[in-house]
Amino acid sequence: MKSLKLSRDVVLAVALVLLVILVSLRFPGFASVDSLVGVFNDTSILIILALGQMAVILTRCIDLSMASNLALVGMCTAMLNASVPGIPIPFLVILAIILGALLGSINGLLVWKLDIPPIVVTLGTLTIFRGIIFLISDGQWVNAHEMSAGFKAVPRLELLGLPLLSWSALICIVALYLLFTRTAGGRALYAVGGNPDAAVYTGINVGRTRFNAFVLSGALSGLAGYLWVSRYAVAYVDIAGGFELDVVAACVIGGISIAGGLGSVAGAVLGALFLGVIKNALPVINISPFWQQAISGSAIIIAVIFNARSERRAGRIILKHAEQSS
Amino acid sequence: MSESTEASPSVPSDTTARPVIPDRLRSPFTRMIGSWEFLLLGVGIVIFFLNMQASPYFLDPWNLSDATFNFTEKAMIAFAMALVIVSGEIDLSVASIIALVSTCMGFAVQLGFDTPMLIVIGLLVGAACGAFNGLLVAGMGLPSIVVTIGTLSLFRGIAYIVLGDKAYSGYPESFAFFGQGYVWWVITFEMVLFVITALFFYVLLHRTSFGRSTVAIGNNPTAALFSGIRVARVKFILFVLTGVMSAIAAICLTSRLGSTRPSIAVGWELEIVTMVVLGGVNILGGSGTIPGVFIAAIVMGMVTFGLGLLNVPGIVMSIFVGLLLISVIALPIVIRRTRQRVTR
Repeated sequence: MKSLKLSRDVVLAVALVLLVILVSLRFPGFASVDSLVGVFNDTSILIILALGQMAVILTRCIDLSMASNLALVGMCTAMLNASVPGIPIPFLVILAIILGALLGSINGLLVWKLDIPPIVVTLGTLTIFRGIIFLISDGQWVNAHEMSAGFKAVPRLELLGLPLLSWSALICIVALYLLFTRTAGGRALYAVGGNPDAAVYTGINVGRTRFNAFVLSGALSGLAGYLWVSRYAVAYVDIAGGFELDVVAACVIGGISIAGGLGSVAGAVLGALFLGVIKNALPVINISPFWQQAISGSAIIIAVIFNARSERRAGRIILKHAEQSS
Repeated sequence: MSESTEASPSVPSDTTARPVIPDRLRSPFTRMIGSWEFLLLGVGIVIFFLNMQASPYFLDPWNLSDATFNFTEKAMIAFAMALVIVSGEIDLSVASIIALVSTCMGFAVQLGFDTPMLIVIGLLVGAACGAFNGLLVAGMGLPSIVVTIGTLSLFRGIAYIVLGDKAYSGYPESFAFFGQGYVWWVITFEMVLFVITALFFYVLLHRTSFGRSTVAIGNNPTAALFSGIRVARVKFILFVLTGVMSAIAAICLTSRLGSTRPSIAVGWELEIVTMVVLGGVNILGGSGTIPGVFIAAIVMGMVTFGLGLLNVPGIVMSIFVGLLLISVIALPIVIRRTRQRVTR
């Protein structure tokens, strides 16, 4: 089982490298370190969101409200910064994470306490959060000149040659890797998605675990909300519109099974990077950016076909083992 | 931890609570009173009167006729989507099929085709898109939610590749009838189509063996398979039907707007799913009625029309739609739980 999971990530990594090589054949500068670091930096927000989505998908749920959550938190932090520029930025970041977690906990509570299917809950909150942005902002934009210099500078701040935006993605990757693989709460996510009934027997509270996953995805959306708004130095109603599908796409491409219980941090990161490379490569090899949507759509479909194949194979192997041992 | 379902390990947490088998059925009349459709009808009537109070312009027949446009096209897809959801699947690519169909028709106009040919092309493209979804979901057994998120990107992506930031217009005059034509007085062609498709899907779901198979599949696909239902074929047909209905909606919408942009009908999939769920269709599959979806479509249309008369911006309306979606599902659950608590 372990070798299979490893091979899936390796296959994706090889595909990613091939993609980069293919692009650099047309445009040699693309494979340079500087350019690849830039691609990673560009993809940081998607990576952070994909890790949150991964936690939710592991428990057999789905969170379609992440992009709306991001936009709402982003608007709140931008408006707060515009009206009270004196608030220190670290405090603002923590506030964004807490606000995001609160919004995520609304999803989590509805799924946990009322047993409403997650897709319905998050479809609902997707539109509700977007609507609230309009209500609080009155449809107005928060523009760059209204934000304080410190607010906009944080994601660009360089530390050991990497911008802080990349660092936050790296920290999230490490933290969530440890969470998913080294803590009881993280293993519970896999257990709940793998077999909810068995999870109950092992003393895991299934609803509670799903709630935790939604809070986590909300908190990461909140963080991404601040990063997005400060990086692009603008906040309006439609920021990150439709981004929730990119996030799900990153997870599916990364081999995280929509049926729950299967997936790795490396997979989610590689899936996000795959989309990031495509997005950044199209303009440099002179393909219209209008191709991007169709390409990521095809990537999702190919990935899901590929994943289904390998999952089915896993099933057969287990059955064979059972036959041999019996 | 009071009495959530996961406390008892015998009940899988994915399924809803086990149905209680009563000793004796309630009389047809009380059953009708207690039904979801009846409740929805009541909500509709209340909203109707609220709208009358809200604006003196509401009851104008021409206004009412115009108001139907904001739900008829979505509802046509919602009927087909209802069957897909009853069978335990979902199709999130419907709005993208609209975009692709509309783009193909616009392309055909540039090549000089006339209205009948446009309709044929539109329907064929819709059916092909549906068949593609169906092949992946029913043929290869992939999860429909992921597949249709993929085709959502793909179909609209193709529209973007063809059109970019441009738009198609210049549809022939005879083409305008589908979205702008009146059959009699204030009765639009779309209204007639809305009623006809409702009747078609009513008969299909509630009066044919195909419909019963659909419900059976939604309740238990394995049991359905063992009772001789061709599960994959039924699902495939349902996806093709949804594609064709999306094409019909695309024809009406394109004709009404008179132009095609790749961003046409963005976000409709969510509104259509909301409509279906509001109509009492179980999102997990296995139950639902076409009359319910029919009433839900009209209720949603009236809510948006009424709020429009009150000058509420569209995005704020979407808050209502979102709240409606969640509360409509949460309410019966809360009521059932409190009732259980009372009887205990």
